[in-house]
Amino acid sequence: MKYITEYRNKDLSHKIADRINNLLNGYKGKISLMEVCGTHTHAIFRSGIMSLLSDKIEHLSGPGCPVCVTPNKYIDTAIAYSRLGDTIITTFGDMIKVPGSTSSLEKEKASGSKVRIIYSPLESLEIAKKNPEKKIVFLGVGFETTAPLVASTILSAKDENIKNFFVLSGHKLIPPAMTALLESKEIKIDGFICPGHVSAIIGEGPYRPIVKKYGIPSVIIGFEPLDLLEGIEMLTKQITQRKKPSVENQYKRVVRSEGNKKALTLIDKVFDVKDSPWRGLGLLLKSGLSIKKAYAKFDAEKNIECEIEKTKEHPECICGKVLMGTKKPYDCKLYSKTCTPEHPIGPCMVSSEGTCAAYYKFKKE
Amino acid sequence: MCLAIPMKLIKIEGDKGEVELSGVKKEVSLTLLKEVEIGDYLIIHAGFAIEKLNEEEAKKTLAIWEEIGNL
Amino acid sequence: MKKKNTENKKILLSHGSGGTAMSTLIKEMMIDKFDNPVLRQLTDSAVLPPSGNKQLCFTTDSYVVNPVFFPGGDIGSLAVNGTVNDLSVMGAKPLYISCSLIIEEGLDMDILDKITTSMEKASKKANVQIVTGDTKVVERGNADKIFINTAGIGIIQKNTILSAKRIKTGDKIIINGEIGAHGLAVMSKRENFKTNIKSDCAPLWDLIDGMLSAGGIKFMRDPTRGGVATVLCEIAEQSGFGIQINEENLPIHDNVSSFSEILGLDPLYIANEGKVIAIVAKNRASSVLAKMKKHALGKESSIIGEITNKNKSRVVLETIIGGKRIIDRLTGDQLPRIC
Repeated sequence: MKYITEYRNKDLSHKIADRINNLLNGYKGKISLMEVCGTHTHAIFRSGIMSLLSDKIEHLSGPGCPVCVTPNKYIDTAIAYSRLGDTIITTFGDMIKVPGSTSSLEKEKASGSKVRIIYSPLESLEIAKKNPEKKIVFLGVGFETTAPLVASTILSAKDENIKNFFVLSGHKLIPPAMTALLESKEIKIDGFICPGHVSAIIGEGPYRPIVKKYGIPSVIIGFEPLDLLEGIEMLTKQITQRKKPSVENQYKRVVRSEGNKKALTLIDKVFDVKDSPWRGLGLLLKSGLSIKKAYAKFDAEKNIECEIEKTKEHPECICGKVLMGTKKPYDCKLYSKTCTPEHPIGPCMVSSEGTCAAYYKFKKE
Repeated sequence: MCLAIPMKLIKIEGDKGEVELSGVKKEVSLTLLKEVEIGDYLIIHAGFAIEKLNEEEAKKTLAIWEEIGNL
Repeated sequence: MKKKNTENKKILLSHGSGGTAMSTLIKEMMIDKFDNPVLRQLTDSAVLPPSGNKQLCFTTDSYVVNPVFFPGGDIGSLAVNGTVNDLSVMGAKPLYISCSLIIEEGLDMDILDKITTSMEKASKKANVQIVTGDTKVVERGNADKIFINTAGIGIIQKNTILSAKRIKTGDKIIINGEIGAHGLAVMSKRENFKTNIKSDCAPLWDLIDGMLSAGGIKFMRDPTRGGVATVLCEIAEQSGFGIQINEENLPIHDNVSSFSEILGLDPLYIANEGKVIAIVAKNRASSVLAKMKKHALGKESSIIGEITNKNKSRVVLETIIGGKRIIDRLTGDQLPRIC
């Protein structure tokens, strides 16, 4: 597989791991590196790179799993829509199992609701055309990588005059979450592993003010084992050699410093930035996307009326703290006892990129 | 929310393209990219091409690693 | 030339009602195709030839795959080979199969014809006879096109003792070829991707018979639903030993690797329908491997790992870059990831 396999070389991996470990030889104390992208969480665990690296590196998983940071109210809304007889809910896979206050889309599907897992938001348009009497509601969950796709899909729906397609926007933005984590001061973060594909869209720019204000080295990193190792080496160098903290780009083959301007224009065209509630982080200013007035006819919240149950959170679920990195999964009373992948209570256990799911699958400690 | 893979562009039809990786082919939307050519490697996420792989940069990195490998 | 005209004909409720429509359907679709002396008796139960003091093996499985036709196979060939393989991995030579059909009203007769022809071909290739069966038709909407149940009987060959209790530290783990093809072949039709991935659906007795005669086989399983990872987890839990596997030695074709990357799936958890995992004594592993490689269904056989006394009851994978991670059981469906 071109441009994939070359980044999985065993010997090189060991060489770079050795270089990282050498950098840490004289360093006193540990360095905490946080990744804020669920795909990074998965990639790090899957590659097993942490087992090659010194104990001095502490790996923290942040709020990078879009399914995990989606609050109960969004899920309850999706569930309420699914219960209306004339809707078909279309969604990416992980959302199906996430528990809301009292149910999940998977359970609703078993009770007769129409819920379809799709690979691309464009499939929703095909479903809408084939089912003109139904309302197709796409669950727009995801960060800046996915938002332009949904924007493009809404524009296609407008061009094709599709009247029964709607989006329930739950899109969120990564940089405000990074700022919130640093503001909270609850955890010590020495370096950020910045999300490779979010950065392909937004570029290096949004990270610069964060690095300037808080002085935390941030490196945009790809997803193959050698990308991760090279990026961690760049972070470790900045930290141990006490360089001026800066934004660096390890993933230059995909990420341009100015990002993807066309994609950013599409997001601007279709979405407004708004304050948004995040599980674990609370309401973050200017951290979410809502559909602009001009495209209101595709906005599920403006077109579909129904009663949504009162939001309830499980009193002992600490997904919020796990997402922040302030607690580890095994600090949770429910983890692996009541809350397991088969019977998840919180979203961190459901999503294949959720921290608890990753720990359960790959570590079991 | 970043699962995306480099696939080679083998056909263009308006704002849709067909990409290929090891014999696996898919029609994807090109609406997020400005200019693409047959033979380009595109980063594919959920049925859309979100970026074009910069082969120059890729080759640079691989060359540096080859050096490290030879040390 | 077609023997019967099934074009534009559909299965009706009357085809399941016990009358002449049903007996004609059964004759044309099954009896004439599967044709053997036991079946021809057309009694309520099949009377099998005596098996003396041999040990019998009995299994059953239901097949509900959607879509019913996929690259490399169909629900019919799957129904035969799946049951044949469940017997084979127990060291039992498969002999007799039953075939029960639940058909949705309105199914094209043409489709039923193709499926039962496929079952005929598969049973001939597997050297088994379909000796009894049943046919039901349910109202439209109450079944998804066709569901098939097959039960199978085999005879455990002399001196074959396969048991998880025989497993010891140092035993090698061997698989007969590439993983992940079946699940992805089915998925490619559902997800609208064009691929050249074909299901590996195939009958394994001939290969396994050869392996058993090479000696040293302690235990076998076929990694169907849940894939290689699930079978290895079960073996580790049952035996109490640890299992170490090497990602480098897992036979995975590029197209399977690529397609699973695109969908965010792990080939280790994807279903296979023509694969056997064998736990083999250390000193026999190379000769078993050599024998397997000579067989058409074993050309890409590989030693993928071994039994250890570290990490008891767990499966540890050494990753392609030399890192380590734990392989756990699959929980629920492996959903194609996007995030």
